[in-house]
Amino acid sequence: MNTVAICGNPNSGKTTLFNALTGSHQQVGNWPGVTVEKKVGKFKAAEKTISIVDLPGTYSLTANSIDERIARDFIIKENPDAVIVVVDQTNLERNLYLVLEILEMKKKVVLAFNMSDETQRRGISINTENLAKELGVKIVKTSASKKEGLNELKQAIIQTLENGKETQLFSYSEKFMKYLSQTEEILKKHHSDNFVDYGWTALKILEGDTEIKDSVSQETMQDIDKLTASMSQEFKEDPSIIVSEEKYKFISSLSKKYVTRKKVNESWSDKVDKVVTNKWLGIPIFLLVMWLTFTLTFTIGDIFNGMLDEGFVALGEWAGAKLGEGMLSSFIVNGIIGGVGSVVVFLPNIFLLFLFISFLGDVGYMPRAAFVMDKLMTKIGLHGKSFIPMILGFGCSIPAIMSTRTLESKRDRIVTILVNPFMSCAARLPVYTLVAGIFFPQNAGFVIFTLYVLGILISIISALIFKKTLFKNEESVFIMELPPYRLPSIKSILSEAGMRAFMFLKKAGTVIFAAVIVIWLLASLPAGVEYAGEESIIGIFGKIISPIFKPLGFGFWQASVSLFFGFLAKEVVTGTMGTLFGGEEILSQVLPQFFNSVSAYAFLVFTLLYTPCVATIGTIKQEIGAKWALFSVIYSFAAAYVVSFIVFTIGSIIF
Amino acid sequence: MILSECNPGFSGYVKSIMGEGNVKKRLLVMGVTPGSMITVVKKAPFGDPIEITIKNYSLTIRKEEASYITVEKGDEKK
Ligand SMILES: Nc1nc2c(ncn2[C@@H]2O[C@H](COP(=O)(O)OP(=O)(O)OP(=O)(O)O)[C@@H](O)[C@H]2O)c(=O)[nH]1
Ligand SMILES: [Mg+2]
Repeated sequence: MNTVAICGNPNSGKTTLFNALTGSHQQVGNWPGVTVEKKVGKFKAAEKTISIVDLPGTYSLTANSIDERIARDFIIKENPDAVIVVVDQTNLERNLYLVLEILEMKKKVVLAFNMSDETQRRGISINTENLAKELGVKIVKTSASKKEGLNELKQAIIQTLENGKETQLFSYSEKFMKYLSQTEEILKKHHSDNFVDYGWTALKILEGDTEIKDSVSQETMQDIDKLTASMSQEFKEDPSIIVSEEKYKFISSLSKKYVTRKKVNESWSDKVDKVVTNKWLGIPIFLLVMWLTFTLTFTIGDIFNGMLDEGFVALGEWAGAKLGEGMLSSFIVNGIIGGVGSVVVFLPNIFLLFLFISFLGDVGYMPRAAFVMDKLMTKIGLHGKSFIPMILGFGCSIPAIMSTRTLESKRDRIVTILVNPFMSCAARLPVYTLVAGIFFPQNAGFVIFTLYVLGILISIISALIFKKTLFKNEESVFIMELPPYRLPSIKSILSEAGMRAFMFLKKAGTVIFAAVIVIWLLASLPAGVEYAGEESIIGIFGKIISPIFKPLGFGFWQASVSLFFGFLAKEVVTGTMGTLFGGEEILSQVLPQFFNSVSAYAFLVFTLLYTPCVATIGTIKQEIGAKWALFSVIYSFAAAYVVSFIVFTIGSIIF
Repeated sequence: MILSECNPGFSGYVKSIMGEGNVKKRLLVMGVTPGSMITVVKKAPFGDPIEITIKNYSLTIRKEEASYITVEKGDEKK
């Protein structure tokens, strides 16, 4: 089977195209750096099945960050049979830079000129026919989001796979070509048969590509160094800089020949942007946006939430009546309906939260937030780009942590990852809603909002601590594209939030379900014991660990085991209580016997801050290693303990 | 003139990129090449970073990076 790779600049629409071709649902968003790992899919064209790989975006084959490295390595080392380079036509010149680099590798290439629907409005017209001739490749105009041009693209891929031509090196200035061919000669002299393509290798060496440099002998490098020294003298520049300048000179000559731009009126994107990133309004607007997100998540979510809850209560009563007393009845009523049900009722909140997050991402707010916040973020030892993972963290820590791959500095990346779990993820929402609903019925929304703010504060304080203690100051740069705002299609944000809701249900049906069964078993054994009593296994275990939490105000064993099992997934904190006490409805009568409002709040603070779930720890380990994962486990537990203790102690004095 | 000292509304072309190494290369790759038209669109709250347009798209860089870029008022020149 042939393999085709999709590459291109960040945010050019690669994943949208990948989804359209393969029918998958990979994440799309209007900011650079959405895709951070390669994704594989398949599509059919002319009776053939072709395997297709979506790659992270990159501006050039000289990688600066991990996601760019993944793209580069795939193109250079895995040698796909053909490459589709997705080009954002509204940003042609910069996109062509990567196109030239890839064409020079003598790959079989098809260019997908994307965003066709936007060019007209922006007064851009491109003579693709002649441009294609000059570059020696096929160009297909597409609009991935409108699914236009896909058939033509498929056809072009098939044709290119069958009889695509390799491109020649482009003609740069004479002065430059002279040095390039001399470099090539040196390579040929020393390595008569090592390289498939001497021209490209020579170009990469002049560009200073360390990996390619390492692949030639020292002798060769000595000769080349002599040559580049005289080259630098003639140009008064580094060879690596000269290469880029030559490329852009060539691109501007192409653009002069084949592109015309009409002046257009200020677009709505510019108008919106003036307000959103305004010097004075920028930060207040950000706060308003976040506040609206949470308020709407709760007020709207609450309506559906109550309905689902009533449904589960009725279901529980009905099942209880049908099944009578006994083990089976207890298992179904307490275990499944009580445990899993108490988590599933929060589906509407989760759906809404992801709806807002994906709207913000699709409309193009993320890079603006990074722009507005960069200065503050730098002050606390993070980076403007750290802001995107932080917002994503309100949804789920795992993709948020993955998305730090776009950060170039290792220090920025580690700190961003370590503080990320303090951004309160959607899985903690059920716990807050449940407990706040019982103890602060008048202002549950406000109480929950304070938890989010507290999470942000703790992550800021932690970042400051890490900056001072763990790391030396490391230079970092902030160079980021600001794509135009785009009105997201309702379908795409609904489908993304729907995917998330589905994943939540899947989790409820697997991890949470399994946890609930274990908890139910532990609460029912040894045989003959009172269900979920102190003599049950879980009761005995809970009694052992509960003294740890006594100073925090919730030293009863049910709370301890809930937190213990919450390590599997934070929703399980609610699930455990639901299983032990029997459903959300009963919880509201039972919990006040154990908590007062201060200790209930301390419990929420602990839930917010303590050790991230297993899956998150796994992701941290995968991204920055076991040592940091362990550090995160210990640090967050300690932070949770200290802060809850302070909250409980001071709260008890005041209230 | 140095770009980091230009105010929003400035419009001109890039004269040269000073310094060397990584930052310079990054700026070039992003299209900040000598001779290109450049405008300063706005500054973020607290005055840093700044937003510029170059090669017909919006790019944000910190003042630190902008201090490597020298610019000249006027139309595109070579
Ligand atoms: N108007 C228009 N928008 C598009 C088109 N294709 C993609 N988009 C939008 O462009 C944005 C970026 O799309 P993605 O598919 O996430 O881009 P990507 O190239 O995968 O980006 P990275 O993964 O960050 O490298 C999204 O907001 C898409 O909805 C198109 O043909 N026309
Ligand atoms: Mg993508």
